[in-house]
Amino acid sequence: MDEEEDSQRRQQERRDFLRIVGGAIAFGATAVTAHNFASRDATAADGRPQPAPAIPGYDWSKHRWAFGVDVNRCIGCLRCDVACKIENDVVRDPNHFRTWVERYVYLEGERRPRIDSQADPQNIAAAGSDGDYRFDNRYKNAEVMKAFFVPKLCNQCEHPACVQVCPTGATFRTKDGVVLIDQSYCIGCQYCIQACPYGARYLDPNKGVADKCTWCYHRITKGLDPACVAVCPTHCRIFGDLNDPASEINQFIRSNRVQVLKPETGNGPHVFYAGIESEVS
Amino acid sequence: MHGLYAHAAPYVGYVYPNETVVPWGELIVIYPYITGLVAGAFIVSSFYHVFGMHQFRPIARFALLTALCFLLFAPTPLLFHLGRPERAFNAVITPHWSSAMAAFGYVAGFYLVILTLEVWFAFRPEMVARSKTASGALRLLYSALTLGSDDVSAAALAYDHKWMRALAIIGIPSAAGLHGYVGFIFGSLKSREWWSSDLMPIIFLLSAIVSGVALLAILYVAVWKLRRTELRDDCLRALAKVMWAFLAVVLVVELLEYVEMFYRAREGIGTIMQLINGPLRPGLLIQAVGSASAFAVLTALIVSRPRRKTFVVFLTASASLLMIAVLAMRWNVVIGGQELSKTMKGLIFFQPQFLGREGILSSLLLFAGPFVVLWILARLLPPWEEGGQVRAARAQ
Repeated sequence: MDEEEDSQRRQQERRDFLRIVGGAIAFGATAVTAHNFASRDATAADGRPQPAPAIPGYDWSKHRWAFGVDVNRCIGCLRCDVACKIENDVVRDPNHFRTWVERYVYLEGERRPRIDSQADPQNIAAAGSDGDYRFDNRYKNAEVMKAFFVPKLCNQCEHPACVQVCPTGATFRTKDGVVLIDQSYCIGCQYCIQACPYGARYLDPNKGVADKCTWCYHRITKGLDPACVAVCPTHCRIFGDLNDPASEINQFIRSNRVQVLKPETGNGPHVFYAGIESEVS
Repeated sequence: MHGLYAHAAPYVGYVYPNETVVPWGELIVIYPYITGLVAGAFIVSSFYHVFGMHQFRPIARFALLTALCFLLFAPTPLLFHLGRPERAFNAVITPHWSSAMAAFGYVAGFYLVILTLEVWFAFRPEMVARSKTASGALRLLYSALTLGSDDVSAAALAYDHKWMRALAIIGIPSAAGLHGYVGFIFGSLKSREWWSSDLMPIIFLLSAIVSGVALLAILYVAVWKLRRTELRDDCLRALAKVMWAFLAVVLVVELLEYVEMFYRAREGIGTIMQLINGPLRPGLLIQAVGSASAFAVLTALIVSRPRRKTFVVFLTASASLLMIAVLAMRWNVVIGGQELSKTMKGLIFFQPQFLGREGILSSLLLFAGPFVVLWILARLLPPWEEGGQVRAARAQ
């Protein structure tokens, strides 16, 4: 009798133990998953906070970078394209860009704009080589009603779709608001390229990994402007720190009616445009 | 032109410059196709093991082997496609859970375990028998495969059967999950109008089952004819009915998808119409005509009661049509989605490559893989019901 009771008690204990262990595991798994989903920025793939980058004299928690584009100033010279490709070792062909410029032309009597950019065959022919970029003169004899140039680059989104879909966590958002790619960890699945609504990403054919504009992170963390901003002859590209009330980007946003591209995606882009219209997307 | 980037695709309208290099090619068309065949083949074996549909008894074990062979090859197109294939396991070692892709290794791995276990239980009697009769290396192989358990008494087999049933019950939602999940990879992207749809996982799953059943029907007829064994009427008819039923639903859901898109007629619908009437026209025609005519033939087969020979011919024909139609559907989704520019103001014309790592040849070879492995596996573990007797008769 005693033995039976004893064994029953032991069984009960075992069940209780298993229940507690099972519960703990379930709770742990839920917590880890919830944490991974909740922490959207500056976390490594395994959910741990990332160590701050070892950049002398730079504290990434003290900045919030943003980019402005004053479309009214752009002349379509494409110095930014070339500077970017040199600075960031981007493939010198008309099919891979960290930044590019679009030309919108409304001809007299037409209601929709004609749009072209650096991958346009006529522009490629006009440039004369894979490493140079130029807008051809196709509208020389046309009656142009309205025309403007729109520089494009990575929007360094608040909620980047590219980061959401990366299966390894190789792409991530920094504390200062820039989306970067760890090219030594990227597997080249190109899901991020599909997910970016702005066409800002591409596969680097030489490295086999994703690549995109970083706002020249290696420069801005040293107090320099991104290469495209530095070379722009008309100052249509504006870069700065949102945390600094006196910064040029804050002045730009304050003194212009600015908008972002494709806000309906919910990505929260951080390139602010002044002077564009709804046809630009 | 000045030595344009080799893979740059021509386009019309306006597309972002980076879009002229299409990221996902033929291999990513083949990937959901192969995964889908796994789901379909597995469901057929489960009809027998779980629901006791005895019509499927002759092919239940063959279907299991087929599913396993295709599952083994399911990750290969992805591997060939990666820019850095040597880092493939980064996604498994440090999965980034917010990515729809991160769980692939785990979902597929879990399903592989379930399938392998089920195959093991299903073929245990053969393994035990052969571990005693075979000689040399084969004997060692079979002995190893038995895992030291050579009890084939009635009680042990009943126990095995219980396990197989349990595994099949877990396997059905896993198979559905695996393929619904593949649909989610496409349907969850908000950047691509052609993919972004709540119906995408459902369409992927249902068409997967259709293609898998079709594959089994073709293999059943072809392999049984080659082995000169008799086809069973009830099995043929059951295959036709299952194919018909799933096809009926998938046709309606696909139709709804298109009707909703046209009816909503959101910004950019004009470009979508250009896509449908332009680069995607052949693919959509193959998909539509293939599935509609297969549906008509299958309806006729089920309603009338033709002679066995006629039935076999038309069943095989409609199954082949369906396999082509589902492949076209995968193409239309994967390639079509990328031919429609994210600007919604232009179209990219995908240029298929024949040679090269991601070309058509690679896709064909990877698709041939499961058949080769199936041929080998079916010799090692004969799934034929009458296996023993036929061989004995031939030997005499």
